[in-house]
Amino acid sequence: MDLQEYIELVFTDYTLRTITLGTAILGAICGMLGSFAVLRKQSLLGDAISHAALPGIAIAFLIIGTKNSSIFLLGALISGLIGTFWIRGITNKTHLKSDTALGLILSLFFGFGMLLLTYIQKLPNANQAGLESYLFGQAATLLESDVWLMAIVTGISLIILLLFWKELKILLFDADFTKTLGFNTKFLDILITSFIVVAIVLGLQTVGVVLMSAMLLAPSAAARQWTNNLAIMVILAAIFGALSGIIGTAISASHNNLSTGPVIVLVAGSFVLFSFIFSPGRGLLFREIRFRKNRNDLQLHKTLSFMYNIASTHEDISHPHAIKILNNFQGFTRKSLQKLEDRDYVKIQGNMWSMTKSGYNTAANLYDQLIKEENE
Amino acid sequence: MSNAQIEIQLIASLVAISCAIPGTFLVLRKMALITDAISHSILPGIVIGFFITHDLSSPLLIIMAAASGVLTVVLVEFIQKTGLVKEDTAIGLVFPALFSIGIILIAQNANDVHLDIDAVLLGELAFAPFDRLMFDGTDLGPKSLWIIGIILLITLGLLFAFFKELKVSTFDAGLASALGLSPVVMHYGLMTVSSITTVGAFDAVGAILVIALMIAPAATAYLLTNNLKKMLILAVIFGVGSAIIGYWVAHVLDSSISGSMTTVLGLLFLMVYLFAPNKGLFSVLYRQKQQRIEVSLLTFLLHLANHEEKEERHVKHLNEHINWQKVRSKSVLNLALKNNMITIHNDIVSLTDKGQHFTTEAIDYIVTNKNSEIENMKDRFFLFRG
Amino acid sequence: MSEKIAVQIDDLTVAYNYKPVLWDIDLAIPEGVLMAIVGPNGAGKSTLIKAILDIIKPIAGSIQIYNKPYKKQRSLVAYVPQKGSVDWDFPTTALDVVMMGTYGSLGWIKRPGQKQKKAALEALEKVGMLSFKHRQISQLSGGQQQRIFLARALVQNASIYFMDEPFQGVDATTEKAIINILKELRKAGKTVVVVHHDLQTVPEYFDWVTFLNVKKIATGPVKDIFNDDNLTKTYGINYKVSIQQ
Repeated sequence: MDLQEYIELVFTDYTLRTITLGTAILGAICGMLGSFAVLRKQSLLGDAISHAALPGIAIAFLIIGTKNSSIFLLGALISGLIGTFWIRGITNKTHLKSDTALGLILSLFFGFGMLLLTYIQKLPNANQAGLESYLFGQAATLLESDVWLMAIVTGISLIILLLFWKELKILLFDADFTKTLGFNTKFLDILITSFIVVAIVLGLQTVGVVLMSAMLLAPSAAARQWTNNLAIMVILAAIFGALSGIIGTAISASHNNLSTGPVIVLVAGSFVLFSFIFSPGRGLLFREIRFRKNRNDLQLHKTLSFMYNIASTHEDISHPHAIKILNNFQGFTRKSLQKLEDRDYVKIQGNMWSMTKSGYNTAANLYDQLIKEENE
Repeated sequence: MSNAQIEIQLIASLVAISCAIPGTFLVLRKMALITDAISHSILPGIVIGFFITHDLSSPLLIIMAAASGVLTVVLVEFIQKTGLVKEDTAIGLVFPALFSIGIILIAQNANDVHLDIDAVLLGELAFAPFDRLMFDGTDLGPKSLWIIGIILLITLGLLFAFFKELKVSTFDAGLASALGLSPVVMHYGLMTVSSITTVGAFDAVGAILVIALMIAPAATAYLLTNNLKKMLILAVIFGVGSAIIGYWVAHVLDSSISGSMTTVLGLLFLMVYLFAPNKGLFSVLYRQKQQRIEVSLLTFLLHLANHEEKEERHVKHLNEHINWQKVRSKSVLNLALKNNMITIHNDIVSLTDKGQHFTTEAIDYIVTNKNSEIENMKDRFFLFRG
Repeated sequence: MSEKIAVQIDDLTVAYNYKPVLWDIDLAIPEGVLMAIVGPNGAGKSTLIKAILDIIKPIAGSIQIYNKPYKKQRSLVAYVPQKGSVDWDFPTTALDVVMMGTYGSLGWIKRPGQKQKKAALEALEKVGMLSFKHRQISQLSGGQQQRIFLARALVQNASIYFMDEPFQGVDATTEKAIINILKELRKAGKTVVVVHHDLQTVPEYFDWVTFLNVKKIATGPVKDIFNDDNLTKTYGINYKVSIQQ
């Protein structure tokens, strides 16, 4: 199936359209709300919450006895919240550190969930099929009603986000200052944590409990590299998230046996990798290029100022000097001399060099700048 | 009890012990989450190793997996160093990506791979006795027993050989490097041991429950003691105990052994979290209530020592200036009276000699930052605690 | 200097984990002073400011700003936290940070508009950072970051300014620039309270000083009480500092 066929299929096929729309919305809300988790340094809280949601789903099934994704979401929400509060309880009331608390809740809740899940599988009631899809997510199980639910939750979150934008921004940047201004930081705190929990719970069906946290982090980690503006970062993260959802669904839908979770996560991961390397402001590639350029410039400037010192001993600055006298100077090479000539700082005739007017001025400026920097 | 049952319990116990030892150090070094990262990211290593050898218990798998575990640590640290994202985000990005690769590799080759996703998450403890090590036609016991046994022996060997170094570098990194113990060597040494243990345990209990076996026994022990040796011993006991109890719970419920081991660990942690003598939730809440009143008492006594003026020492002043509610003022006054720290004449409060003495000593300790002395002092002076 | 009291603290005790860090502090800060709070590490200097600003709840005592509790007087107070307390890699610009100073007067939900932007630009100009207004905050030097923080406080247009170590990690030029602005504020009748580390500069910069080490040691005009006796009481045995007055 080629790309064009696939795109046509997305618009004509009911199931595929539902799934694509669902993963796109999910990606968008994860990117949007995940930005807050990343900026609060609560990246791994998401991991703990998503694992902690598993027993909630299993217990919900044990109570109602049938598959019903809305009830499952409720169960996931409750057990996710219990996990979150227990993490707080552990870090506040004991000397265990947050990393231990996160790891504990994550693994203990998940283990309990798996116990219930394997128990359910052995029950005579055959209705349990598909419960495992909550481990790695199966977008194919999305129904139109699920997509509606996602859309509504996304809409509500967006309105709240816009309403409290100013307050959330200032809390993320400087919590103490926010408090002195009279804003209720506890309320804002709970708002952000609820955002994170809601985004995770929504994604469990599609991405699964094991990898959900990456879905929360990756789009915003990628978006952060392209902008220094919070609003743009949130929007970009939403776009990256939506794209990961769409592309991931496409790949997983066109192969057998591929859970959507890992594929979407890998697509989002490639966004991160690409951004880490190629973003113009912060990316590693341009950072390396800038670093090299600076180092080269520094070498040239050193050579130039060395020549400046020689040239300034003469009344006529353009008086020619032998290239030989530069040989003792560290960092001098024929190549750097050539570069200086290219920039029209020096003239070379045979094995003599002389400084041009512009070269002399540049060197004099460099000298002044150095002095100034030292004074600062 | 059948032979296979004994073997399973034996394997589970050895896994628990070999997880608890590095786990203790990881918890103390605040690196518990690195186990999360390692246990997920060794998956692609195992899968690729399996493609090469087509044998789940080949030593190559362990080497590949341990290598990808160490690779994870290196990768996480590299991303942290670039400063592009916060530290925890780096962990949160690396391991899901590697884990996803592993899952996809398995799914793509589902037909010819013996690994399935349930085994990745839960391990195959129940089947462990069926895969036996044969040598020259003799049955030497289950393969995984041998693997985890060897890992445990190495871990124990390293633990005894480097106990002192591990202890120093865990509690005082500065001192350790002053003594010539390279923190880098200790760090990567511990990471390598953790990776290898994780791989060994992975087979038995799966990716996510390894984390539980590493962190939970150590964290539970940490709530009961601050002594490293005792903590190690307790962690091992908790690990083995929950392994055996967990096995029988799973037997009764007919469900996953590793899931029920973790659940037992969870209940154990919950109990200790709630009821531990000094650090448990209830004891902390009780102590905080006691301390709230005692610190108020200290404050009040100091106030009396600071002020000669009668109006500052009037009973009503507690409400007005010190800003306390009626109930609180009353319990503070009562406690002070009971302990013979103050006398009250015509609603004017004065310090007794004992109160004076107590206050001077308390100020001294607090200004010189000897906070722990205050608790001793309270024991000496207080007949009744808050 | 008028006789009005800007900040009145009575019997203030603050404890972390039920261990006292500030003990029975009585302190009156007169209106219009430029005051340094000095004391050794762990003396509770930052804690005192945070308690005044209601960031930390004290276990005893009362604090009044112009005879009313802080909650009713927020608009009269501006705050410069320690530079290290925030994440400077946060995706925002210098101008944006300064604008945050106007959020308090805006209240919930309302967005800053042209008026707030104008005020922020003026404050940036005052601290000499106007040309950096669109710069991402991580790309500023330590001194420049501190100036941004000062500008944010200026935008609050308060009567009392609390600053937590504004001279920490800044270059000499910035230090001069900041102290000049603080002196200007005092001239305009504002009260400025600064947690300060460098004892050598106290007589040059400040006219009022409070010695603090868990308890209040002394408070008053620099020329009267800034002496070896009080320094020794605050910092421990035989503290000597050569002071040119």
